[in-house]
Order: sequence, then structure tokens, then C-alpha cells
Amino acid sequence: MRDLVVIGAGPAGLAAAVAAATAGLDVALVDAGRRPGGQYYRHHAAETGRLHHDWDAFVRLRGALDRLTYLPGHRVWHVEDGFTVHALTGDRDERPVRIGARALVVATGAHDRSLPFPGWDLPGVLTAGGAQALLKGDRVTAGERIVVAGTGPFLLPVATGLAGAGATIAGVFEANRPYGFARHVARHPDKAREGAGYAALLARHRIPYRTGHAVVAAHGDDRVEAVTVARLDRDWAPVRERVIACDTVAVGHGFTPQLELPLQLGCATRMDADGSLVVAVDVAQRTSVPGVYAAGETTGVGGAQLSLVEGELAGLAVAEAAGGVAPDPAGVQRLLARRRRLRAFAAAMHAAYPVRPGWMDRLRDDTLVCRCEEVTCGRLAEAAELGATGPRSAKLLSRAGMGRCQGRVCGYATAWLTTGVCGRIPGPEDLLGTARRPIAQPVRLRDLAGEPENPRDENHPINPA
Amino acid sequence: MVIVGGGVVGAACAYYAARAGLTVTVVERGAVAGGTTGAGEGNLLVSDKEPGPELDLAVLSSARWAELAAEDGLGAAVEYEPKGGLVVAETEEGVAGLAGLAVEQRAAGVDAVEVPAAELTGYEPHLAPDLAGGMFYPQDAQVQPMLAAAHLLRASGAEVRTGVTVTGMLRSGDRVTGVRTDRGDLAAGAVVNAAGTWGGEVAALAGVTVPILPRRGFILVTEPLPPLIRHKVYAAEYVANVASDDEGLESSAVVEGTPAGTILIGASRERVGFDRTLSMAALRRLARQAIRLFPALGDVAAIRAYCGFRPYCPDHLPVIGPDPRAEGLLHACGHEGAGIGLAAATGHLLAQSLTGAPPDLDLHPFRPDRFPEHP
Ligand SMILES: Cc1cc2nc3c(=O)[nH]c(=O)nc-3n(C[C@H](O)[C@H](O)[C@H](O)COP(=O)(O)OP(=O)(O)OC[C@H]3O[C@@H](n4cnc5c(N)ncnc54)[C@H](O)[C@@H]3O)c2cc1C
Ligand SMILES: Cc1cc2nc3c(=O)[nH]c(=O)nc-3n(C[C@H](O)[C@H](O)[C@H](O)COP(=O)(O)OP(=O)(O)OC[C@H]3O[C@@H](n4cnc5c(N)ncnc54)[C@H](O)[C@@H]3O)c2cc1C
Repeated sequence: MRDLVVIGAGPAGLAAAVAAATAGLDVALVDAGRRPGGQYYRHHAAETGRLHHDWDAFVRLRGALDRLTYLPGHRVWHVEDGFTVHALTGDRDERPVRIGARALVVATGAHDRSLPFPGWDLPGVLTAGGAQALLKGDRVTAGERIVVAGTGPFLLPVATGLAGAGATIAGVFEANRPYGFARHVARHPDKAREGAGYAALLARHRIPYRTGHAVVAAHGDDRVEAVTVARLDRDWAPVRERVIACDTVAVGHGFTPQLELPLQLGCATRMDADGSLVVAVDVAQRTSVPGVYAAGETTGVGGAQLSLVEGELAGLAVAEAAGGVAPDPAGVQRLLARRRRLRAFAAAMHAAYPVRPGWMDRLRDDTLVCRCEEVTCGRLAEAAELGATGPRSAKLLSRAGMGRCQGRVCGYATAWLTTGVCGRIPGPEDLLGTARRPIAQPVRLRDLAGEPENPRDENHPINPA
Repeated sequence: MVIVGGGVVGAACAYYAARAGLTVTVVERGAVAGGTTGAGEGNLLVSDKEPGPELDLAVLSSARWAELAAEDGLGAAVEYEPKGGLVVAETEEGVAGLAGLAVEQRAAGVDAVEVPAAELTGYEPHLAPDLAGGMFYPQDAQVQPMLAAAHLLRASGAEVRTGVTVTGMLRSGDRVTGVRTDRGDLAAGAVVNAAGTWGGEVAALAGVTVPILPRRGFILVTEPLPPLIRHKVYAAEYVANVASDDEGLESSAVVEGTPAGTILIGASRERVGFDRTLSMAALRRLARQAIRLFPALGDVAAIRAYCGFRPYCPDHLPVIGPDPRAEGLLHACGHEGAGIGLAAATGHLLAQSLTGAPPDLDLHPFRPDRFPEHP
């Protein structure tokens, strides 16, 4: 039985685990990935930090991993109250692992939020996060002539990163017109510096950056060869269109927090400013379930710096509750102040880069919404006609979200499309219907059948070199 | 008339009542099929029932489902598959038990074909090689329950009001004359309580007791696979399980493929109230039983699990028919783990009762006032 198990070794989880271990707790840090760092600090084996901001912070945290048990390559598929963390590890020789814990920090981050459009299922169309992950993790540029589109400041590191690695960026198309946002950026010196850096890179690589524009269709036979880019009105309805040749499209519309584990535990949720469902936490990052803490994007999308701060606060709070070393009050005050500032910045960002209902106008009856089960927009409309009133009932009547990805890709879009016909926008209940996954990761029947008479506790803890 | 509940039972009632010439409004507080129907598996089984009123209802329903499926487009829309069920036994005793049950079931109109051990793999090539024998039931069939409810409702032409909750009954003296909802009153010549697991609450709105309780079930769903399993396959002990009064966890997995390629393994049975927490013990049992039948499933991944709450009465029979304690109120609920299978006959019998036609089956065993008032 560990004092604390942290799930997720991104900025939030790393910071939480290191803070708690430094305060004297017996901590295990469990992560599906092969290397620590999560999405933000995703890196290649021979990484020097050239592609990363704040690489030093990561190097410090990574250097502290010897204070705890770090378990990479462990996919957590279920967490039972009490707490028992059920994970799977190994590739071909996969085996189940169970880890007992007195407290949990859930820091499972987020995944890309996708909105479908005609042609989005063509090879060569990928998510902005996916393109970034390829670049950071594998040093692969997704294509040679790339269009970057969607909404949010995240498009900038993606476009400039790809350009820096040698790709031609045919354009960055930002659907919103975030004029007032610069004011908020100016108040945060490091954000302002980062923003100025992107502006300089866009200029250096001659990358056209257009606000109020979107990719409304992708064209091609076997893979994408061109996209239709439209100028948008305020509600994202297209007003003027043109076609741009490219071999790759990277699209991002923000992120969706991964809530399956906190939902398995019964943690209360709330709607965040970006229209995502997030775990509700108090000032100490405590969820509504005693002993369960959450940090990072699971509590609201706000970037890696906020994840780091929340993680550290969570780790300190767990340690204090467990009777470990009491944290330095001045240090905690600084963290709280920083969290307040970063959260205010995140709220301003969400207000400046919303998703507008006009995206749905691009869809045709035959546009795929759920790729796994090949459910089209037309089939979703039919499900609504048959009596579906939201994404959960539409899933039952159309199979949207029932396939391999379990609605991670299509859940958000399905929620909009199925509530839209009822004249609503997605509310917490709708999003809950797409976020609950009692089995968070595929698990072989053989391993299920072996539960739990055959418990194995972390047979081979692996510590990073 | 007004039907309370847009699950498969309410939908079948709407369909047959509309066919009989009645004007029907269905009031559903959530979405169509959003209740227990949305958590069901869609087995239309005669094989798992012991002789008695429920088997008679199942045999009638099996024929009604086949008729429905033959109607223009309906069979395909509800994914009706008359694939047959194969019940297997591990021991000679089990085989003898199956044979004995089949004799009685045949007397009730069930087709049952004995399958010796050597012929089992002819039915199911991937079945474990060490089973002692089995029984094949050609009448066992399958529908996709959510689509079944939705398409029956559509075919009925009934007005369907989703997102509307029934909060009371309209009365004229003792007579029920309609329903009160959170969106206004609806007058009706008759009100049908098809509220499934919540049927007891709706009955209480009319001041009558119908004891319906939840019995939880989990279902495991695998990743999509090329066709591996042809029929509904389950172990002989399942029958004992269905009829059991034990409160603890029981399961005997029915294993079957679906048109989408996934394999459904379900379901467990537990009386734990309305608790949705995943039961590791239930999943373990389901997985073990599935692998016992089909060893190749050991390497197949489960990608999803879901649970629902079967509506059950103390005597494990549904409640069907007019309520003598509240004129104008009829019940069609409490079908436990067989509501999808029994829906067609239930709707058919209720329509007969509403129009005064002679019933195809005696409703006496299903009467709403058969329970002691203060149990
Ligand atoms: C694909 C992608 C790429 C991104 N790239 C950038 C970028 O380059 N720059 C930027 O500023 N922001 C990026 N982001 C945004 C990013 O989410 C945040 O900046 C930051 O990484 C959030 O930190 P976190 O610790 O909250 O979560 P994450 O960094 O997402 O870390 C979560 C960790 O939890 C693990 N995990 C999740 N579920 C399980 C499970 N069931 N079992 C075991 N482990 C699990 C994951 O493997 C991951 O390591 C990206 C997001 C995505 C989805
Ligand atoms: C795991 C599992 C597997 C199963 N497998 C099978 C199977 O293979 N074959 C089979 O035949 N059966 C199976 N069943 C049983 C079957 O699902 C049920 O018997 C059947 O769905 C009951 O249908 P219903 O229409 O009576 O109830 P429901 O589908 O629950 O419909 C009742 C509806 O009434 C609504 N309602 C309740 N109160 C109100 C109110 N006050 N106002 C308005 N609306 C209200 C509810 O929202 C609900 O939608 C299974 C059940 C479970 C849990």
C-alpha cells in the first residue's frame, strides 16, 4: 500500500509526485508513456530541450524521480475505491498490475478536441496535438506542405515548430478574431515573451496567419491534396472561400480533459469556460471524493505552467494530510498566487477562442462524425428523429462513440450535433454521457478473468536512467 | 391513451394499441430507450425459461417478434436476427437436465434440438472441446433493443414526448383520466404504466402498490472482431441463475456476436439497489465464463462495460393488464431480464385488453393486485 499513487507523468503529475515524495511520502507515479513529461514535455530519446519552453523545470523534476517509484508504460484501466489502481503493462507480454494507495492524484491531462468537416477522415488530416506529438516525440514532421487550422494559441507552437523542422506552412487559419486577448498576454511577461517569439518565427518563416478563417473541407482521393479555406463571420458561417494546395492539415480546437478515472471514482465535475467538463477541485486540489486529488488539465485546460503549479499544490496537500512535512507557508502563498494568475489567464484565453455553432454548417449528410463506427452526420440526425435527446441516447441509436476510441474523438462533436437539434448547446449531463468509461483502456478477457485472486504488485519498477 | 415510458415495452404497447385504432401519446422523461432498454442485450429467448406463465408469454412473443420482423423494413431496422440459441452443458448430469427441461418446454410450443458433444463444433467451431453436449433452440433470436424501441414507436405513429416527466394522475372520482406532467396535463381514456424499473413509483402516483425493484446487470463488450460466434451461446446453469432468489452476485454469461463485430458477454445479476459502481467481481465472472465457453476469447480485449437495472417483482413475473384498484390505469412493467423478449406479446395482450378482444393468453398470473398490500 503506497501513501500516494499519482496517475499521469505530465507536468502536473510529475510536480505532484515529486512534491509529495520530497515531503517524505512513499509515492508511485504511474504513466502510460515510455518517458516522463506528458504532452508538453514529450521528447525524443536524445532530447536537448531545443523544442521546449521551460525545459529546465522538467529536468529538475526528472532528476527527482529517484525519490519515488516511477512506473512508465503502465496503462491504468480502472481505479477502485479504497484505492486500488488497476493497470496493464508490457507490449506483447502484457500483464495486469494492481497498486494499492491511501491517496490518489489524478493528472491524466487532456486529448485533442476534434470538430469534423467534410474530408477530415482523409489520410493527411490530423490533430494539431497529434502533429506536435510526432514532432516532439519522434522528430517527424507530419508533412511537407502543411495547413494549420482551428482555434487557440496552441496553433502557434505547432506551426512554428513544424516550420523550424523544415516543413512549409501554407497558412495558419485561426477561426476566431481574438483582438482583446493581447491585453491579457501583456500582463504576463513570460506569455508575452512566448507570444513575441511566435510572431518573430511566423515572420521569419513567412507563414501567413489569418484570423477569422477556417478549413471547411479537405479534398483528395487517397490522401489530402488541398483544402477549402473560408473567411468566417462572427458565428463561424463561411462567407468567402478559396482552395489551397497542401499535403497535410493539422487541426485543433482546444482540448478535452480525460475524466474517465475520476468519474469511475465518483468525483464531482463542473463545466469550464471552454465548454469542457472538468473535475471540480477545492483550494487544495481536493476532489469531492475524500483522498482523491486532481491537478493539471483534468481540472481545466490552462497550459503546462498551470499544470505544474496545480500538481505541486496537490502533492503538498496530500503530504500535509498524511502528516508529512508541513509545507512552507510562504511558498504555498506564492503557488496560490501564481495559480490565480494563470487561471485568470486561461479564462481570458477561453473567452477569446470559443467554439461557435457555425462549425456545424460545414457538415453534409455524408460527413463522418464517428470514424470508428462510421456514423455520418445524417445518421445522427436520424437518431434524433428516432427520439435521441443528447449524445448518450444518440450513441445508443446510432453507435456513434461505441468503437475503439470510445468517443474520445467524436464525443464533443456528437454532443453539439445531438443537442443542437433540440435547440440546446451541450450541458454537463450531455458531456458526462460521453466521458464515462468504466473501462478506461482495452483489457484482455484473460486479464479480467485473472482479477483479483492473482494480485501482482509492481513486479518490475523501472527507474529512468 | 397515454403511455408512461418510452422503453421497449412502452414502444410495443404504443405499436399494438395504434394498430388497434387507438390514439396514443407516449410520455418519456428522458430519451427514447434511455432507461433499462438502453442497457439491455436484446436476447429474445425462449430457451432460458422454465414451463409456466413466463414461458407461455415468451413463446407468444417470439411469434409476434417474427411477425414484426417480417413487416416492411422493420426487421432490418431493428437488426432482427433469428440466429438461434445453443445451451451447453459441462457434465453428463447437465446434459440430462437440459434434456428433461426440453421435454417440458416442447409441450409449451418450444423447438429444442439435442446436440451431442461431437456435433457441438458444427454449430460453433470455436467452442471449448471438452463440453458434454447441448441443446439448440431455433426460436431464440436477437434485436438491437434501442433500435427496436425507437422503430416500434416510429411505426406506431404515436406522438412521442421526450423530456417530459409524469408527476401525478388526473382523477375523476376513483377513475384515472390522464396524467399530470411537468409540462402540463394530458387527458386520456386510459393510462399505461410502462415505466419499467420505475413502475412502482408511477403506480404510487395512482395510489396503488406494484412492488418493482432493481436487479443490477453488467455487460462486457469486446473490440470488434471478424465473425467468431454464430449463435447465442450460454451454459446450462444460466437457467437456474435466472430463476434464482439469491441476493448475491450470480452470472452466467450469454456470449454472442453482433452485426457491428463486437461480442457481448452478459449479464450478471445482483440486487444492490441503484449502484452504478463497476463491480470487478462481476466482470471477472463474466470474463471467466466466456473464456470457459470460447477459449479464444482470452486474448480478445474488452473495450467497454455497462450496467442497467432490471425491473423485477418478488415472484419474477411481469405485471400486465388493467388495475382493478384504479380504473383507467393499466400496467406493463416488471419484465426483469426479459423485457425486450417479452415486449411484443405484452403490447399485443395489452391492446387486446384495451379493445375488449379476447386475450391470446390468460392475464391472471400477471395481474397487478396479486401481491400482498403490506409485504
Ligand atoms: C497531443 C497533445 C499535444 C500537446 N502538445 C503541447 C505542446 O506542445 N505545448 C503546449 O503548450 N501544450 C501542449 N498540449 C497541451 C498539454 O495538455 C498541456 O500543455 C500540458 O501537457 C498539460 O499537462 P498535464 O500534466 O495536465 O497533462 P499531460 O501532459 O497530458 O499528461 C497526462 C499524462 O497522463 C498519462 N495518462 C493519461 N491517462 C492515463 C491512463 N489511463 N493510464 C496511465 N497514464 C495515463 C498520459 O500518458 C500523460 O503522460 C498538448 C496536448 C495534447 C493532447
Ligand atoms: C444488463 C442487462 C441485460 C439485459 N438483457 C436482456 C436481454 O438480453 N433480453 C431481454 O429481453 N431483456 C434483457 N434485459 C431486460 C430488459 O432490458 C428490460 O426488461 C426492458 O428493457 C424493460 O423495458 P421497459 O420498457 O419496461 O423499461 P425501460 O426501458 O426502463 O423504460 C421505462 C421508461 O420509463 C421512463 N419513466 C420512468 N418514470 C417516468 C415518469 N415518471 N415519467 C415519464 N417517464 C418515466 C424511464 O425514463 C424509462 O425510459 C436486460 C437488462 C439488463 C440490465
